Amino acid sequence: MLLTFRRKFRFPRMMLFVFLAAVGIFMLLPIIFLVNNAFKPLNEMFLFPPRIFVQNPTMYNFEQMFLHSSAGVVPFSRYLFNSAVIATITTLAVIVVSTMAGYVLSKHRFHFKALIMGTVMIALMFTPETVSIPRYLIVSGLGLKDSYLAHVLPFLASPVAVFLMKQFIDQIPNSLIEAAKLDGAPDMYIFLRIIIPLTSPAVATAGIITFQIVYMDVEASSLYMTKETMKTLSYYAEAMTQNIPGVAQISIAAAIGLLMFVPNLIIFLIFQRKMIQTMLHSGVK
Amino acid sequence: MKTVTRIEAAARKPSAPSGYRARIVRFLRECWADRLSYLFLAPFLLSFICFIIVPVALAMLLSLTSFNGFEFPRFIGVSNFIYMFTQDVVFMKHTIPNTLKFAIIVGPGGYILSFVLAWLIHQLPRSIRDYFSLAVYAPSIMATSVALTMVWTAAFSGDSVGYLNNILLSLGLIESPQLWLQDPKYLMTFMIIVTLWTNMGVGFLAMLGGLQTVNTELYEAGRIDGIKNSLQEVYYITIPSMKPQMLFSAVMAIVSAIKAGSISSGLSGMAITPQYAGHVINNHIYDYAFLRYEWGYASALSVVLLLMSYAIMRLSYKLFGTKEDE
Repeated sequence: MLLTFRRKFRFPRMMLFVFLAAVGIFMLLPIIFLVNNAFKPLNEMFLFPPRIFVQNPTMYNFEQMFLHSSAGVVPFSRYLFNSAVIATITTLAVIVVSTMAGYVLSKHRFHFKALIMGTVMIALMFTPETVSIPRYLIVSGLGLKDSYLAHVLPFLASPVAVFLMKQFIDQIPNSLIEAAKLDGAPDMYIFLRIIIPLTSPAVATAGIITFQIVYMDVEASSLYMTKETMKTLSYYAEAMTQNIPGVAQISIAAAIGLLMFVPNLIIFLIFQRKMIQTMLHSGVK
Repeated sequence: MKTVTRIEAAARKPSAPSGYRARIVRFLRECWADRLSYLFLAPFLLSFICFIIVPVALAMLLSLTSFNGFEFPRFIGVSNFIYMFTQDVVFMKHTIPNTLKFAIIVGPGGYILSFVLAWLIHQLPRSIRDYFSLAVYAPSIMATSVALTMVWTAAFSGDSVGYLNNILLSLGLIESPQLWLQDPKYLMTFMIIVTLWTNMGVGFLAMLGGLQTVNTELYEAGRIDGIKNSLQEVYYITIPSMKPQMLFSAVMAIVSAIKAGSISSGLSGMAITPQYAGHVINNHIYDYAFLRYEWGYASALSVVLLLMSYAIMRLSYKLFGTKEDE
């Protein structure tokens, strides 16, 4: 029985593997191109017929990027610094805020809980792009323009992170919390010592999602910031690819494209398993 | 009987106001007892109200005004909406058909595609699954405008150095290089291809997670009950068991379809695409908000977009929502 079963299924599984490998390579094509392009010397970029793989890898594009920006008003390192600070602070802040909210929404009982949860559920489909004008009015109304707060605060409320967190905390047994309460543990202790360690996969997921959004965001820099020194790497990258004419543009774009992609990839690689683990509980009921 | 009720009513009457008061006092006391919960919730709630609820409400208010960003908004009722549906030729002729075409293919199409891919990957042995899911997810990480512009303009560039042109030329399928991204005939097709390629995001991961939650005993039970092939298995067992995840990724699919709308300008390199070929509602909003500074009308357009996505979300709840007793 088992043997026939195996014989029957071996061939399709091999086919499946080959098919998925083809799909995988196809999906990875833009990334392979991105990586190779960053190390191509100029003459290879305009080679005919075009090649994906680099022949003589060079760091010329990266040198070009540093050279160009050091000649500018604001050095490249300033954009990098802004991006690093903003992405780190925002990611950490979103994690703390969302875990707190998720814990309360999952384990506490209080008035308005159903109302708040319902609003969060609707807000899951919220995209900031749709209301960029009112958000701009609010940011400038609060006097946050040209401050780091305007980079951080608008991203602080993340319905997706709160929702994932709440769903994940839902499956932590109540008895665990009650037992701790019986032993006289205060709420703060329960939160810090029981909830936080148990929710690490959800924390990682919320972190990845937020980091990606913040690191790539251009809106805050282009709408809320008038000073060049307050803008981020993603804004610089976009300005770079649009404003410099000619050959230098392509060279710098190749380098900066890779630079924008790598941190995201590294973070995703580290936390991939945790992310899928979180998704086990991501269901909307 | 009557007297008793009257006496009871009389007894209740003077105490009624204090009853209300007692109720309010009790309510406040309960709120005070839950103060820690509210404290924990406060940071989220404050920023949520400030940057999500209020902007949406403001957009709705502004949609009823004429507002250029400098003078104080002037109330004009629903004229913006009337103008939108009766006089805005570009909106009716290009924006709506393009948006519908794009949304219908990218939304449900991408959703089905990510389910199929997740399901196929789930059939593989656990040890190699991660590599495949990474390969499928990775393009969505690089969906930043810079990398996007660079990769796709190189791939579909209009001269013979472009990869697609080169391949098709060498195969003899076309005779001269085509301007894929600037030609109104092709732009929409490429927008859809690129979006499908780069949009296997969180929704795809949710489906992968969902597939792992399906109770494997159900498959055996199903086989005994007469399920013959994997297609039936997917339809009768897999999808019903992972309905909650299906719903979550449906919501994520809506979000990414809305976000992906602005891709047309990234690909063609123009804010307004040639002959409005790739002009979807996002471009229309951008046009009125940041090129014409008619913020009232732009807000009206955003309200329409929000209402549309809300309606689609209700629909997906209808399709995949689980009942209370399930």
